[in-house]
Amino acid sequence: MSSIISRRRHPAAGYAAVAGGLVVAGVLYSALSGGGASAATAAQDQSQVSQGHSLFLDSCSSCHGLDAQGTSQAPSLIGAGAAAVDFQMSTGRMPAKDLSAENERKPQTEFTQQQIYDIAAYVASLAGGPSIPSASQVSTSGANTALGEELFSTNCAQCHGFAGAGGALTYGKNAPSLNASTPTQIYEAMLTGPEAMPVFGDGTITPAEKKDIIAYITDTRTEANPGGFSLGRTGTVTEGLLGWLGGLGFLVLIAMWLTAKRRDGHVKAESEQHS
Amino acid sequence: MIQTPEEPLGPRRVIGTPSPAPRAVDAQAEPEQPAFSADPPNVQHAKNAERLVAALFVLAFLAGCGFIAAYIGLEVGSSTIPKGGNDVVAVLRSNMALGTSLAVALLALGTGSMIWVRHLTPDIEIAEERHELESAPEDRRAFKRDFAEGAAISQVTRRPLVRRTMLLATAPLALAPLVLLRDLGPLPQTDLRHTVWKKGLRAVTLGGLRPLRPADISTPGSMITVIPEGYQDNDNALAKAGVILIKFGPGELHIPTNYNGGTLVSTMNWTIDNIVAYSKICTHVGCPVALYEQTTHHILCPCHQSTFDAANGANVIFGPAARALPQLPLMLTSEGYIAAASDFTQPVGPSFWERG
Repeated sequence: MSSIISRRRHPAAGYAAVAGGLVVAGVLYSALSGGGASAATAAQDQSQVSQGHSLFLDSCSSCHGLDAQGTSQAPSLIGAGAAAVDFQMSTGRMPAKDLSAENERKPQTEFTQQQIYDIAAYVASLAGGPSIPSASQVSTSGANTALGEELFSTNCAQCHGFAGAGGALTYGKNAPSLNASTPTQIYEAMLTGPEAMPVFGDGTITPAEKKDIIAYITDTRTEANPGGFSLGRTGTVTEGLLGWLGGLGFLVLIAMWLTAKRRDGHVKAESEQHS
Repeated sequence: MIQTPEEPLGPRRVIGTPSPAPRAVDAQAEPEQPAFSADPPNVQHAKNAERLVAALFVLAFLAGCGFIAAYIGLEVGSSTIPKGGNDVVAVLRSNMALGTSLAVALLALGTGSMIWVRHLTPDIEIAEERHELESAPEDRRAFKRDFAEGAAISQVTRRPLVRRTMLLATAPLALAPLVLLRDLGPLPQTDLRHTVWKKGLRAVTLGGLRPLRPADISTPGSMITVIPEGYQDNDNALAKAGVILIKFGPGELHIPTNYNGGTLVSTMNWTIDNIVAYSKICTHVGCPVALYEQTTHHILCPCHQSTFDAANGANVIFGPAARALPQLPLMLTSEGYIAAASDFTQPVGPSFWERG
């Protein structure tokens, strides 16, 4: 049985591997881009912005406008910040597959992470806005997971469910599951409030508290999750319901079968033997 | 074939089968044939069934032993779990072992019994006669006589003073339980109409317990749950005092209104810098409402889908809630922190009988 349980935990290990890979990518990025305000870095930043600008003109400006000022189809990105760009694009929500109010998470196949950073640098160069958190900002080492649980229950659970499984909003919208989200994406979502989600800026939820929340979300994934269809870690409720409803019906059928009259053939065979 | 028409109470009667008395009738109709035969119609079939039943009973025995072994062997207490082990996994493993062994034991026992009944016991029909429920006339007469005798001996009919004082003595004892119901209270008095919010009481974040300045919640679309400062451990107070602060962009907020006493008043001066404070308690049945969509300004209650328009006085736009979410008047303290300007001006949470 222990082998079954350890096998169940494999998907969580997969998420951890993905999260780890993205953290490594973030570390590399910050090592490359966050090297102080030297002239060389500034020139590199400037080339990144111009690369981002050309990518933006090619792929984003048809909806967001040539100067990211927004159109009737898509919002202005002035002041949206690098964090919003990285969140929307790294989760595959942008480029959008249609013009609905809500975009679902999908694999990002059209842009590399470096291209996303370029576009983010261009959007950030327009009017600032929240920047992409560094690897140390989203690191959960030393985080208070218990406080994270309290903060998550208070501020996040009403939409995302108490274990981050997601839930329904009004008029067909939904709050997505957080199971596939990387720590950086969770941080960026709190900072920028994508789509219907409210903003949880550093004034209301401090950077340390954001770490606690990320620690709660990522720790919860590694916990044992009994049951097959667990309804967002509700436990073996579905199995129990099926057991009670299906099992009781089955018992009723058994009772009917047991008390039913036997087929005539049996009796006939008996009386034939008697005669 | 065993022919025993002359010996209705022969040695072959089995416990649980009907008395052979009615057989006399059958015997008259077909005197050469008994009412039933305990011999199976097919000897080989019965022998197979017997072996199967025995095998199932042995399986039930083994599974029952397994249940006891699992109960003793698989500990779930945190003290006995090996270092690094997971409590949840240990409980899961124990539950699986206990449930599986018990299910197999009971299922094997039941299946064995069923096969026994359907394949080994003779196929006979049993009729149970109904009888009169009424007692025999002599019993009824005897009861009446005994009752009258008892009444005469106890003197209860001849001594009304004793009879009546006895009834008097039991009356208060019978009423006592009704009096005890009084202690189910106390009644809430005016508690349902007030919360602990009062003028100058600062709002602090739930969890972090930090007071907030308007600059801390400056991004339009921000939302945060706050509680009255100093009441984080007072669950009775928190049950009514939970508040959500919502920051609106310029021009997004319609001039809100709220009932102050019995009259609808404009409450724009209850807000600070486009930050509005609404009760977090749904006016339907009191679930926490904090499911705020910054794009539509809807606040949705996850319990019954009551939807409130936060940009428009938190009026109900969908669902079973009957009233808007009460708005908390806000002010700034001298240090610039967000605080309540007064208590709520109407009861928070669901309706109650005397609410009016």
